[in-house]
Amino acid sequence: MIEIVDLHKSFGDNKVLDGVNLTISKGETTTIIGRSGVGKSVLLKHIIGLVKPDEGKILIDGEDITLCKNEKLVELRQRFGMLFQGSALFDSMTVQENVGLGLREHTKLPEEEIREIVREKLRLVGLSGVENSKPAELSGGMKKRVGLARAIAMSPEYILYDEPTTGLDPIMADAINYLIIRMKNELNITSIAVTHDIVSAYKISNRIAMIYEGKIIFVGTPEEVKNTDDPIVRQFVEGRATGIIKAV
Amino acid sequence: MGMRLVSYIGSKAIGFLADIGGVAILLKEILFNLPRLFKNFHLTTEQMVFIGVNSLPLIIFVSIFTGAVSSVQAAYQFHNYVPMRYLGTAVGKAVVIELGPVLTALVVSGRVGAAIAAELGTMKVTEQIDALETLAIDPIHYLVVPRFIAGITMLPILVLFSDLVAILGALVVAVVFVDVSAHTFLSGLKMFFHLSDLFAGLFKALIFGGIITTIGCYQGFKTTGGAEGVGTSTTRAVVISSVLILVADYVIASFLFG
Ligand SMILES: Nc1ncnc2c1ncn2[C@@H]1O[C@H](COP(=O)(O)OP(=O)(O)OP(=O)(O)O)[C@@H](O)[C@H]1O
Ligand SMILES: [Mg+2]
Repeated sequence: MIEIVDLHKSFGDNKVLDGVNLTISKGETTTIIGRSGVGKSVLLKHIIGLVKPDEGKILIDGEDITLCKNEKLVELRQRFGMLFQGSALFDSMTVQENVGLGLREHTKLPEEEIREIVREKLRLVGLSGVENSKPAELSGGMKKRVGLARAIAMSPEYILYDEPTTGLDPIMADAINYLIIRMKNELNITSIAVTHDIVSAYKISNRIAMIYEGKIIFVGTPEEVKNTDDPIVRQFVEGRATGIIKAV
Repeated sequence: MGMRLVSYIGSKAIGFLADIGGVAILLKEILFNLPRLFKNFHLTTEQMVFIGVNSLPLIIFVSIFTGAVSSVQAAYQFHNYVPMRYLGTAVGKAVVIELGPVLTALVVSGRVGAAIAAELGTMKVTEQIDALETLAIDPIHYLVVPRFIAGITMLPILVLFSDLVAILGALVVAVVFVDVSAHTFLSGLKMFFHLSDLFAGLFKALIFGGIITTIGCYQGFKTTGGAEGVGTSTTRAVVISSVLILVADYVIASFLFG
């Protein structure tokens, strides 16, 4: 279980998170929605300890990751996988090395076996035959999927997806939706996804949380989101430029 | 106007102090990560090839001319005042103590310091360093220590080559253009040759190697703001490490020879 308690974060004068509270239950997929620039990626980075908050805590099964250092942090992070919004593949390494890096660093598995796992993870995200390519040779959507394969390579308990379906064609996007659902159902993985893709959010989520002006203003099941009267949430999921949220 | 100037100077001074603190912390982290050096040693050997082997052609080229010009210059200054049998002495000392280490370091800082800052800076702005951390891999262990170790080991080796080639260049010029025989030149070289001078030069090289790689990594990690930021970091890495090399050269010289 992940508990985010009263999280505050500013960059200079730019107040991004202003008291975020959110609890993510074990074995569920929680999707975070909200406008561009509202702080969704920043929130994900807090959860895995890449960004330190100004105030507040994040409890990972009771352990506050914002206070963890060195060995403890390494130990916690090994239970996580993260897909970055911009993929963040290591451009000096091949696809195969990218996906296998965590395994090579943290396990004593023989090389044969690592290659087999890498092939398997790449197959799960619909990629084959690119093991020896460098990231620069891949399309945006392929990079995203390599990033996804890297995030799941260590079979983590928690996966953070920053826009997993952005930049994918609709069919591949849906395949990724199914992958996320399968990982939850078969492996009981707890996931937090950030997405602008409302269709995908409805499909993969147990719960959807909307972030607005630095706070979580709504949490509910996809059904509850569809039926809510909250004008801000309605405007967002219906994608209307006019309403309480100002488009420009 | 006056206030603006004061606050400008103030903010620069704070930035400067913050950088000193930042570099100190980086050095401390490098130190703490040294025990794990041999895990992933291939990263260090890769950097040794990049910093050492791949710099060699450039260093040899620069050193030939350094030696040649110091021979010509020394001969010009000796003319009618100092006997030419001391030509080898003067050139040898200058090369081994000063020219070899400093010029090698400046050339390497342009080639390697810039490359390190650009590579790590790009990794920083494209979130690759964040990605390493999410894989529970310490960027200090994975990126910085290999470069640092390669820097402090390869610089002395490069300087050895540089010394050798520069003296060779000086010898050739002495024989061909100054009309000093090879025998005279070499006996002058041997006359006051102290092994301690050579070691002083190599010790400097080690320090310079540390400066180049530490500053390169520090600037890389500090990069923000896309391609433009990478450009700024790269320039800074070269400028700052060049200045520090000269300052360190003076400090070491005044300790060893002062
Ligand atoms: N390292 C940083 N330094 C300074 N400001 C930052 C940093 N990271 C994020 N920000 C700021 O925090 C705010 C939130 O950024 P974030 O990337 O979390 O947005 P987002 O909700 O993920 O948007 P998008 O949907 O476009 O990805 C932005 O105003 C951004 O400028
Ligand atoms: Mg984002």
